[in-house]
Formats: sequence, C-alpha cells, structure tokens
Amino acid sequence: MKRLEGRVALVTGGLRGIGAAIVERFLAEGADVLCADLKPADDPDAARAMKEFGPRALYLQLNVAHEADWERASAEIARAHRRLDVLVNNAGVDGVGAVETITFESWRRVMSVNVDGAFLGVKHLTRLMSETGKKTPGGASIINISSIMGLVGYSETSSYNASKGAIRLFTKAIAIEFAQKRMGVRANSIHPGFVKTPLLDFGMQRWADQGLAPSAQALIDGLDAATPLGRIARPEEIAAPAAFLASDDASYVTGAELVVDGGWTAQ
Amino acid sequence: MEKRLQGKVALITGGTSGIGAGSVRRFVREGARVAFTGSNAEAAAKLSAETGAVFFSHRVEDAPAWPGLMDEVLGRFGRLDIAFANAGIESGDGSVESIALEGWEKIIAVNLTGVMLTAKHAVTAMRANPGGPTGSIIVNSSMSAYKPMGNFIAYSVTKGALVNLTKSVAIHCANQKTKIRCNSIHPGVVETDMIRGVIDRSPDPKVARATFEGMAPMGRMAQVEEVAALVAFLASDEAAFITGSEYGIDGGSTAGMMGV
Repeated sequence: MKRLEGRVALVTGGLRGIGAAIVERFLAEGADVLCADLKPADDPDAARAMKEFGPRALYLQLNVAHEADWERASAEIARAHRRLDVLVNNAGVDGVGAVETITFESWRRVMSVNVDGAFLGVKHLTRLMSETGKKTPGGASIINISSIMGLVGYSETSSYNASKGAIRLFTKAIAIEFAQKRMGVRANSIHPGFVKTPLLDFGMQRWADQGLAPSAQALIDGLDAATPLGRIARPEEIAAPAAFLASDDASYVTGAELVVDGGWTAQ
Repeated sequence: MEKRLQGKVALITGGTSGIGAGSVRRFVREGARVAFTGSNAEAAAKLSAETGAVFFSHRVEDAPAWPGLMDEVLGRFGRLDIAFANAGIESGDGSVESIALEGWEKIIAVNLTGVMLTAKHAVTAMRANPGGPTGSIIVNSSMSAYKPMGNFIAYSVTKGALVNLTKSVAIHCANQKTKIRCNSIHPGVVETDMIRGVIDRSPDPKVARATFEGMAPMGRMAQVEEVAALVAFLASDEAAFITGSEYGIDGGSTAGMMGV
C-alpha cells in the first residue's frame, strides 16, 4: 500500500526544484497534492508542470508572503478537501552579498518569503490540520524546508542564514506547542545541503557573471568536490525524507531536524 | 507494503529484544535477509522462528570473537548492506559519586567500544561487497546525548560520544570514496519490555507510567515499531544523501523546553 493514500498535501514553491520533486513523490505515494506557486494558473510553465504532475495535482496560485493569499487558500482547501494532512513550507528565495551591501529591502524580502511565508502557512492551516491529524494514526505533518545554512554560517549569506535559522527554531517551538496541546500535528525541519536546483544554478551563474569563477559549472564541480559524498544532491533525495516525515512511519518524530547534506556539516 | 530493503543483508546487534527485535521484524518485512546478535538464546529462538532471521550468539564487546562472527555472516549471506549498532546497556550505572569502576568500564565496553567494533567490522565487510563498497550503518544513540542524566553518567557519556563516533565513521567512509553512510538515531523514552518491567516493579506503576509518558511533550512513550521505522528509512536507498547526521525521534523532548 502507498504510504499517503487518501491524504491531502500542500507544497509551496511546488513548480520547480525541491518543491516539484516533493510534489512528484507525494503523488507517487498516493496523495492528492496542492501545488502552490507564484505564477498565474494559465502561465505556460505552470501549465506544463501541472500536466506532468497529472490529475491528482491541483494548482494554487499563492504568494506565501501575502496573508490574504493564505486566508483564501485555507478556506478553499477546507471547502474542497475538508482535510489537510501535510504542509510543506518549501518556497524560498536566496540572499547573498556582503552584509554592508545588503539593502534593507532585500533583507526584508528574504525574511518575508522564507520566514513570514512559513509562519503564515502554519497560522492559517493549523486548525484544519489539527482536525485532520486527530483522525489519522501518525497525525498531520508540517515540514519546513530549512537548509544547512540554518545550522552553520556562510560568508556573504547572512540574510539567508538568518532566515533559515529562524525556520529551524520556529519549527521546534510549534512542535512542542502542538504536542503539549495534543493537537495531532507534528512539525519538523529538513536541512538540505547543496542540491541541483534552478535556484542553485541561478546563484552559481550570478557568481560566475561577477567574475568569481570561470563558469557556473566550475562552481558546481567545486561543490561536488567539497561534499564528503563527492556530489551534490538530487531533488528526489530531499523528497525522500519529506515523504518519510509525511507518513505514519514518522509518528513519534516531532521537533526534529533532518540534515540531508552528504556529510557537509559533519566534517 | 512496498519493500524497501529487498535484496539487502542486515546485521543487528542486540537484536533479541526492544528496538533491536523491532528492527529485525521491520527489516524482514521490508525484504531484507537479517542476522542478529545477542545473548538471550531463548528470545532469539522465538524471534528466528517468527521472522526467519538468523541468530548468532555474540556480545558486541567481545573483540576477539568479531572476525569469527563476520566470517559466519558473510559465509551465509555473501555480503553486508546494513549494520544497526543497537546493543547497549545501562545496568551498573550511577551518578559520578556512586558509580563503581566496574560498572563504568562495562558500560563503556558495550555502549562505546562495542559500537566502534560493530562499525569497524561492518565497514570492512561493506568495502568488499560484490558490486562495490556500499552500505548503511545506523548507530543507536539516545536523546541522552543531548540531555545527560545525573544518575546515569556512563550511559549519558557513551551516548554523547556516539555522535562523534558516527560522524568520524561517516567522514572516513566518504573520504575513502566509498558509498558507505553512517548516521545516528536519538530515541526518547521507548516503551520496551525493559521499561515496562521498570514500571511494573515500581511501588506505584500508574505514577511511574505517567512519569515516563510525561517526559515527552507528546505525552507518551515511543513504540518500538516507530523507532524501527526510522532505522528502516536510514537503512534504505531513500537515505542515499544522508550521512554523518543525527536523527532525533523523541516526541519533541529535545526540541526545547515545555512551557506552562
């Protein structure tokens, strides 16, 4: 039997990268998946991705940093599905640059998407998830995608570091809160190392364009070499622990941080 | 259920009871061929009859007996894909004031040296796997690695040391360009037969049970099967990018402080 049969999941930033891999994996496990992203539903890229996901995936246009979007999404999910088993707060933006060059606007944008986005999702969906979680063996599951950058500092990445560190402790706080109140909702964070995604390619290309490396590929080769396992991750390798956390197999796992980094932070 | 350990060979130390026995059952259900060790022959016979897993009488701290054990396991199964370094004890422990040297040394021997020997022999076997050096080693530490107990000094110290033992093994295996991974798990209070015994023998079992259950924000102990599920995940190819990591499974116990 598939592990998420009959379950409903929402994945933010679901059109690309880690988010898309999680959507695909949850679908393969039998879930109905709401794929949330910024693009309008009739955008060609969104339409193409949704066609690939197939009929059990539904698109939801959502800006995670806008509370009104979450209010609308919450009402819509309650009406159409009457349950929510899994929320994956995956949508995120990066932020790089020497700290004295970061504009306040850029800092606020990173916090707004990466931190406010997760907070708003949890705030507006917890009640429905609690109703759902009390009726399922392993409870409902909130999965916040942090990063190894939420565990260790990195030069010229201070805003991203700060946002991902915030996600780590936000997750632990709600995990304790929900557990003590017997709400039937678990909350955990996943901390990927470097993963081959469009966001990574974009970041590497930007550094290459700034003349910091001969090419984006040279930088990615460098990341492969600097990872103890000798390579960066594939998005599916982050989707696998997300599927574990979403399933009843993880019924006693809450407030935990799952590091998936090929040994990067162990060294 | 989709079998995630099909074709894999696993060795589980301390497999005759508790989390070890739960993992024997789960691994077999996931399609693995399983060898397990311990010293309770009666419990082992029952578990073998139930699951088909093969028992080898062996104590993890018995260094001279390790090569013979591995010869038998490899002779029978031809390879090793998973090692669950699970065996651990706490009897003979005490506070820094009360513990006897004998108890300290015994617990260090089983919980720390025994795990090192398990990892050592597992890596040697996994390096020689047909098809190349691959495998997954899972070390059973405890939430005591993060929350040391005043009246269990040796247990707390060994479980803390296992965090770095695990990372050292992981880094070595990666540096050696093998695909051998090593991770630790950190269970909270698990409702094993041992804990049930402690509860039943206490002056007021109801109070004792409530105390254990109240240790986790979730308000209950873990079931053996829940821990075995995490071990199975880390053992599987699903965890291919996970090495050197510490995975908690404690109902929120180490996430922070319980509020009012």
